[in-house]
Amino acid sequence: ISGVFWSFLNGRCVIFLAYLNIVCLCSASQMQTVTLIPGDGIGPEISVAVMKIFEAAKAPIQWEERNVTAIKGPGGKWMIPPDAKESMDKNKIGLKGPLKTPIAAGHPSMNLLLRKTFDLYANVRPCVSIEGYKTPYTDVNLVTIRENTEGEYSGIEHVIVDGVVQSIKLITEQASQRIAEYAFEYARNNQRASVTAVHKANIMRMSDGLFLRKCREAAEKHRDVKFTEMYLDTVCLNMVQDPTQFDVLVMPNLYGDILSDLCAGLIGGLGVTPSGNIGANGVAIFESVHGTAPDIAGKDMANPTALLLSAVMMLRHMGLHGHAKKIEAACFDTIRDEKVRTQDLGGNSKCSEFTDAICQRVRDMD
Amino acid sequence: MPMLQPPPAKYGGRHTVTLIPGDGIGPELLNHVREVFRFSCVPVDFEVVHVNSALETEEDINNAITAIRRNGVALKGEQPLFLCASQTDTSLDLYANVMHCQSLPGVQTRHQNIDIMIIRENTEGEYSSLEHENVPGVVESLKIITRNNSLRIAEYAFRLAREKGRRRVTAVHKANIMKLGDGLFLQCCREVASGYPDITFDSMIVDNTTMQLVSKPQQFDVMVMPNLYGNVVSNVCAGLVGGPGLVPGANYGRDYAVFETATRNTGKSIADKNIANPTAMLLAGCMMLDHLKLHDHASSIRNAIFTTMNENRLHTADIGGQGTTSEVVQSVMRIIQSKGQLTAEF
Repeated sequence: ISGVFWSFLNGRCVIFLAYLNIVCLCSASQMQTVTLIPGDGIGPEISVAVMKIFEAAKAPIQWEERNVTAIKGPGGKWMIPPDAKESMDKNKIGLKGPLKTPIAAGHPSMNLLLRKTFDLYANVRPCVSIEGYKTPYTDVNLVTIRENTEGEYSGIEHVIVDGVVQSIKLITEQASQRIAEYAFEYARNNQRASVTAVHKANIMRMSDGLFLRKCREAAEKHRDVKFTEMYLDTVCLNMVQDPTQFDVLVMPNLYGDILSDLCAGLIGGLGVTPSGNIGANGVAIFESVHGTAPDIAGKDMANPTALLLSAVMMLRHMGLHGHAKKIEAACFDTIRDEKVRTQDLGGNSKCSEFTDAICQRVRDMD
Repeated sequence: MPMLQPPPAKYGGRHTVTLIPGDGIGPELLNHVREVFRFSCVPVDFEVVHVNSALETEEDINNAITAIRRNGVALKGEQPLFLCASQTDTSLDLYANVMHCQSLPGVQTRHQNIDIMIIRENTEGEYSSLEHENVPGVVESLKIITRNNSLRIAEYAFRLAREKGRRRVTAVHKANIMKLGDGLFLQCCREVASGYPDITFDSMIVDNTTMQLVSKPQQFDVMVMPNLYGNVVSNVCAGLVGGPGLVPGANYGRDYAVFETATRNTGKSIADKNIANPTAMLLAGCMMLDHLKLHDHASSIRNAIFTTMNENRLHTADIGGQGTTSEVVQSVMRIIQSKGQLTAEF
């Protein structure tokens, strides 16, 4: 009997220990490594701010810092440093600060290099009105999804004869299909009700027509999401009168460039707008889209909100919704409170003070 | 290059203008324009050309274009297919699309004190309609920028700025990406600017422009740009001042001029319900009268419209009111009459 009792107890122990193991694994959800590219100008300071806030929130993120200055690879082609590429390929997720684009440096912009290296085909910008940062537009809640590899920015231009220039806008079936599918997947994964394709197919019948066709095909495969189409000019007209009517917008490169900046303007500008770039093979780089602000670099005056909200977007992408919500709420509460705000938000606090205020709120939430 | 001279008035000092009612709310609004003109004894006769979009043929379009050529001036409603802007504008060489966006004092909008003139190149750029599919699944669309047209539109912009006493011209472009195309456009603007030292010239990238427009539109004075950006910026500005029901537009060429509402929407859903806003079309009519050098009539009708706009109860649905189209038109005519000018039977 004792033998039976002992093995019964053992069995229970084993099960209990196994249960404990699982519980431990879940609560200490594994540390994930993310490539961090601080960037230039105010990049390093706002990156430090984000890291501090993440630490205060106990987010399971380990940062791997890398620099991306263009170097000339074998064969004379410009590329990003191999250790940066290796890190991104391994980690898949990256957070990036602003990079300066030197004029006449001989190499293409770093942003372009990154885009080409990782085939970052979708630029996603959620634009949500920030309570506490007043703009003439309230209740904005939309997402712009822009095709980022082709379209008007193919870079193919020729001088036909002296005084006549031709720029080529390229629309391919493959890229259009990819972005359309992504838009609907995004809508589904983020509980968005509708997707609107923005185009000018009445004028550019073949190119935008192809884009529209692919969107319609993707809509067929995702019937749970509502699909509408709207001309670019109508979208612009309606956007400035009533932005609440829009949900997810998907469009080719140029329209996306213009509309995403227009929407950023609605909620307060590039200093508070997050952005994410989705690439092939599961790569995703989240970035702040403002400039390097060399005039305030190193003076502890920068506003880390854009980079912070991009990092929050990154957390959501990784499935860490709890931490994302916590950090986002802390950030919005601090801005709404109006006591500690950086200069561009209308206050006169330092970047470090603003960061500390958010850290304090995050800690208080636990 | 001389500014367009209006055709000489024929037959006893009266002008003949081509009228193309089109679809949607076009016919209704143009009828109101004729009503107001008749009432104010404006010396203009209208030659009506119908182009029904359902039955439209090549011949119809040619007839309309010939009619515009014959009279030199046209007032048109919206047509979805016919005269899709690029077509008329190119065949009549209406190279400059001009829109004046002004905050109207009686209309509630998020931004106040907007006064922007937008000059958009109307014949080339992205709307050249040159597309081909060399490889299946890969479509190329050509955007053409030429030195001649860029110089021409820049010249027009600066000439207009000087004429209207405006201080600054801003060129909108994307030359950091489209270095050759928009680069050429920008270069032409700079060349023309050097000939107008009294006017400040600067440039702005299109995405920044839209961001600035929704936060601080008061900083803009005169803006000049290629076709597509012009489309975007015009619509943004029209939205900022209160919507498509309030803004008139004009297309100028060397020999012809066509006037219409600034944004091209047919408004099919509100047609014939007496709820459309007649302001844009009436103001387009006034722009046309100014073009025909009938300035007194233009001013009197325009002032009557602005006075009417101050009355909230006469606002139509699109600007947040409950007034009907006819109420607005009646008010305009009543105010014209009260100013003591010669009018027809009410």
